[in-house]
Amino acid sequence: MLTVPIETQLIFAGILFFLGLIGLLVRRNMIFMLMSIEVMFNSAGMVFIIAGTHWKQPDGQVMFIFILAVTAVEVAIALALILQVYHHYKTLDSDAVNKLKDN
Amino acid sequence: MNVFFYIAAVIAILSTIMAISGRNAIHSLLYLILSLLAVSVVFYLLNAPFIAALEVIIYAGAIMVLFIFVTMMLNIGLEKETEKKWLNPYMWILPSILAAILLVNFILAVNNVKSIPSDKTAILPKQVGISLFSTYLLAVEIAAILLMAGVIGAYHLGSQKKKVKHRFLETK
Repeated sequence: MLTVPIETQLIFAGILFFLGLIGLLVRRNMIFMLMSIEVMFNSAGMVFIIAGTHWKQPDGQVMFIFILAVTAVEVAIALALILQVYHHYKTLDSDAVNKLKDN
Repeated sequence: MNVFFYIAAVIAILSTIMAISGRNAIHSLLYLILSLLAVSVVFYLLNAPFIAALEVIIYAGAIMVLFIFVTMMLNIGLEKETEKKWLNPYMWILPSILAAILLVNFILAVNNVKSIPSDKTAILPKQVGISLFSTYLLAVEIAAILLMAGVIGAYHLGSQKKKVKHRFLETK
């Protein structure tokens, strides 16, 4: 039985979340920004799992499954958008994509 | 038992740092897969074996493969230089060490019979399924609608448009 205090587990999830946040803020490559968002999603789901284990309820795991579905949709759409942006601008730099003008 | 948690946590944090600070996208994605595997070890230790399996299958299996495919599709013009780097054995050392520590950690955790969550403490897939399809049935349907919209949106965004229909219709 795991006897790590719940504070430590939550701190671990928080460290992962802030690593993802730092990556999102620092990197300008869109693939890396999307990866950082993935890390943040994952750590948010981990908090649900920790809470569900703490209270011995299955609801936390149910929420993680929903987060998984949302993440899958988000990744598919975002990668399709990244492909389109690359075809238009020939770069993955997010600073290059600052125009909403249509041709 | 707690040692396994701390080892997996340290590996997850280290490989996430390597993932967000790397220059090569493929290397970063492989580090991210390692991070997800470590997180799934943590889930297993947190008495959530079903979610640990889902983490490996869906996150590390499906979503990361999608990432890698797109990254490889976009990786134009870097082939020759990156090929030389990939053949450099120096690139293999740190990922291999981290993955090996994780593997030893996993083997020890599985072999330690007392540490395997018993049926009374672990939240088993049966309970999760019952809760998912009774209490949260509406949310499941909303998730289905979201996935449908995602499929249509990804198809629409991913389809390449033809440039010119006919030479008379071409605008100058």
